[in-house]
Amino acid sequence: MTRNILKWGLLAIVVGLALYLILALYAQREFVFAMLFLVLTASAVFVFVDRRMYAHRYIYPAVAGMTLFVIFPLMYTVGIGFTNYSASNLLSFDRVQENLLGRTYQSESVRYGYELYQTDTGYVIYLEGQHQNLQSPPVSLDSGDAESVPVLPVSSAPQGEPLGMREIIKNRKSLGVLKLETEDGRQLTMVGLRDFGAIQPLYEMSENGALTNQRTGVTYFPNHDTGFYQNAEGERLTPGWTVNTGWDNYEKVITDPTISGPFLQIFAWTLVFSVGTVIFTLILGLLLANLLQWDQIRGKGFYRTMFILPYAVPAFISILVFKGLFNQNFGEINLVLENLFGVRPDWFSDPTMARSMLLIVNTWLGYPYMMLLCMGLLQAIPRDLYEASAMDGAGPINNLMNITFPLMIKPLAPLLIASFAFNFNNFVLIALLTGGAPDIIGASTPAGTTDLLVSYTYRIAFQDSGQNFGLAAAIATVIFVVVGALSLINLKLSKVKV
Amino acid sequence: MAMVEPRSTKYRVLASHLGMLCFIALILFPLLMVISISFRSGNFATGSLLPESPSLEHWFLALGIPYTDAAGNVTQPPFPVLLWLWNSVKIAVVSSILILALSTTSAYAFARMRFGGKGFVLKSMLIFQMFPPVLSLVALYALFNEIGDHVSWLGLNTHGAVIVASLGGMALHIWTIKGYFDSIDRSLEEAAIVDGATTWQAFRYILLPLSVPILMVVFILAFIMTIMEYPMASILLVDTDKLTLAVGAQQYLYEQNYLWGDFAAAAVLSGLPITLVFLYCQKWIVGGLTAGGVKG
Repeated sequence: MTRNILKWGLLAIVVGLALYLILALYAQREFVFAMLFLVLTASAVFVFVDRRMYAHRYIYPAVAGMTLFVIFPLMYTVGIGFTNYSASNLLSFDRVQENLLGRTYQSESVRYGYELYQTDTGYVIYLEGQHQNLQSPPVSLDSGDAESVPVLPVSSAPQGEPLGMREIIKNRKSLGVLKLETEDGRQLTMVGLRDFGAIQPLYEMSENGALTNQRTGVTYFPNHDTGFYQNAEGERLTPGWTVNTGWDNYEKVITDPTISGPFLQIFAWTLVFSVGTVIFTLILGLLLANLLQWDQIRGKGFYRTMFILPYAVPAFISILVFKGLFNQNFGEINLVLENLFGVRPDWFSDPTMARSMLLIVNTWLGYPYMMLLCMGLLQAIPRDLYEASAMDGAGPINNLMNITFPLMIKPLAPLLIASFAFNFNNFVLIALLTGGAPDIIGASTPAGTTDLLVSYTYRIAFQDSGQNFGLAAAIATVIFVVVGALSLINLKLSKVKV
Repeated sequence: MAMVEPRSTKYRVLASHLGMLCFIALILFPLLMVISISFRSGNFATGSLLPESPSLEHWFLALGIPYTDAAGNVTQPPFPVLLWLWNSVKIAVVSSILILALSTTSAYAFARMRFGGKGFVLKSMLIFQMFPPVLSLVALYALFNEIGDHVSWLGLNTHGAVIVASLGGMALHIWTIKGYFDSIDRSLEEAAIVDGATTWQAFRYILLPLSVPILMVVFILAFIMTIMEYPMASILLVDTDKLTLAVGAQQYLYEQNYLWGDFAAAAVLSGLPITLVFLYCQKWIVGGLTAGGVKG
C-alpha cells in the first residue's frame, strides 16, 4: 500500500515538474525543446505505468539519455545546417521586431530649455517650451538611477534663483538618466546641457509589417529569405532573425572558393592524418606485441608496463607537455636537435613540420591501445603454426607476413575502422596542440593547415567573430554522413549479433 | 617454446632487448623531462635533464601556496590546480556511478528479457555512439541554455550539466556489460525465480554479485573517460573555479602567458594519481577492452 502511494506520488511529482518545464518552454516559443520534453515525459509515463512495458523500464533511462544528449543534438545540428543561425541572426523574428520597435531616438523638433532650482526637499526642474512651461516635483539627484518623473504645466517659474552652469555640470550624470513624463505620455530626456527633448520610438510599424524610420523616413521591409529588415537599396538592419535558407550553406561550401578551397584541403589532411595514425600505431603496436609474445624475452611485465605508460598518462596532459617540448625557441626537443644535428625546425609555423609533429605525438599517444589489442588477438593464434614454420626454416619476417598478419587482420579490421573514425574526429589533440595553426592564407572562415574537419567546424561555430552556426552545422552534417557510413561498414564487418 | 631454434636466436634476443630499452628511453623522454622541468627555477629556462639549480617554487604554486623567493618577492599561485582536480574527480565519480547504475540495469534487460525493438535499439545505440559530440556542441549548448533557464543546477556553467551530458556516452558500457551478462548461465537466475524470487531479486542477488569484475572495469573506464573529457566541459564551464582539470590545464600555455614551469609541476601533481590508478587497474582494463562488447 505504502509502496503504491510512494510510486504514484513520485510519478506525479516527476510529471508535474516535467509539465512545468514544457509549459515554460512553450511560453518562450521554444517549440522544438518543448516538443522534445513532451515526448520524453509521455514515453516515461507510458513505460512506467503500462505493465506490458516492464522490460522497457530497465532501459528507459539509458535510452532517454541517449535521445536527449546524442540523437536530439544530432538532429538539431542537421536542422541548423539549413538555417542562417549565426551571431547576426540569433533571434526569432518576433524578438527582432520587439528589439527594433523598442529603439528610440531624440526628436529635434520638440525641445525645452530648462532651469534647475534647489528647494528644501530636492531639485526642481523647470522647462520652458514654445507653447507651454512644465515643472517637476522636487527630486533628489543623488541616486544617479534612472527615474521617471511626472511633469505638469505651470504658468510661471518657481521662486528663487536658478542654479548656475557649475551645479548643472556637477549633476549632469543624474540629469542625463532622468525621464520626464508629460501628461500626454511623451517622455523627455536631456539632449544637451541647456535642453530637454522628447524621445520617440525610432521605428513605426505599418499595416503590412514594414518599419519606417521616423528620423530618416526610410522604410524597411522584412525579408524572410535573408532574415533581415531591408530597404529598397538592400541595406540591412541588425540584428536579423533566423530563417530557413535551404541548401545555401552546402552550396557555399561547394561554390565559394574561399570556403571550398580550405574545406577540401582540410578534408584531405583529415584523411591523411587518420590513415597515417592508424598505420603508424598499428605497425608499432604489432611489433611490440610480437616482441612481448616471444618466449625468449625475459621481464615481460616490466616492458609491458613501460610500453603502456603513454596510454596511462591523461591525454590532455601529455598533449600539453608535447606542446611545450616542441616549442620553437625554448622547447627541449629543439634544444636536443640543435645540439645533435644543428637544426631548429619551426614546428608550429611550418605546415609540413606541424603536420609531422601531430603524427608523431598521436603515434606516441595511440600505439599502446593497438599493442593491447594485438596482444589480445595474438593469444588466439595457435602456437603449432609457428612450430611448423620453424621446421620449414622460416624466419620471424616470414612468420609475421604469412601467419600472424593474415590471421589477425580479420578480427582487427573493425577495430581499425573504429580507430580511424576516432582519429577522424580527434578534436582534443588539435585543439590542445596546434589549435589548427598555421592558418590557411586566403580563407574567409578560420581555417588552419593542421585543422581536422571537427576542429574546423568548432572554430567556425565558436571562435570566429561571426559565429556562423549554420555553416558549422552544415559541415558537421557532412561529417555525420562520413562517420555514419563508416560505422555501418564497421557493423557489417564485425557482424554484430544481438 | 619452439622445438627448433636457429643459432642466431641468442643475438636476436639481445637485439630485441636493446631495441626495446632504446624505445622505452624514447617513450619516457617527455615524461621525465616534465618531472625535471617542474623542479627547475623560472618559467623559461632550458637546461639539462637533471636540474642545475633545483627549486620547489613550481611545486609550491601547484599546491596553492604562495612562493617567496630568495630576494623576498612573493609569487601567487596562477591557477587553482587542486580545485580543478577536485572538480574533475567530483564530476567523474558522480557521473561514473550514474553511468554504472543505468547501464547495468539496461544491460540486464537487453541480456535477459525479450521485448519489442530490442535488436533495433541495441544496434542504433552502437551507431549513434560513433558520432562525436564535438559536432553537436551548438545544439548541446542551446539545450543546456534552455534547461538552465528553468532548472538552475543543470544550466550552463554548472557541474550538473557536465555530469548529465556525460550520460550520453553510455551505449558502449551497456554493450560491454551485456557481453559479460551473456556469458553467465541464465539457469542460475531461472532457478531463483522458480524458488519464488522476483525478476529484480534475481538480478540483485544472483547476477550482480557474479558481475563485480566487469562492473569494476566499466566504472574505471567511465571514470577515465569523464576525467579526460575536454570539448563539452570547455563549452559548458566558464568560471575559473568551476573548470575541470582538462579545460583548466591549457591555460598555463597561452602564447602571451607561457608558464612552462608552473604547468610542469601542476601536470605531474594532477596527472600522477590518474596514471597510477590506470597502471594499477591495467590488467582488468585490458580484459575489459578485449573481453566485453563487440568481439571480432
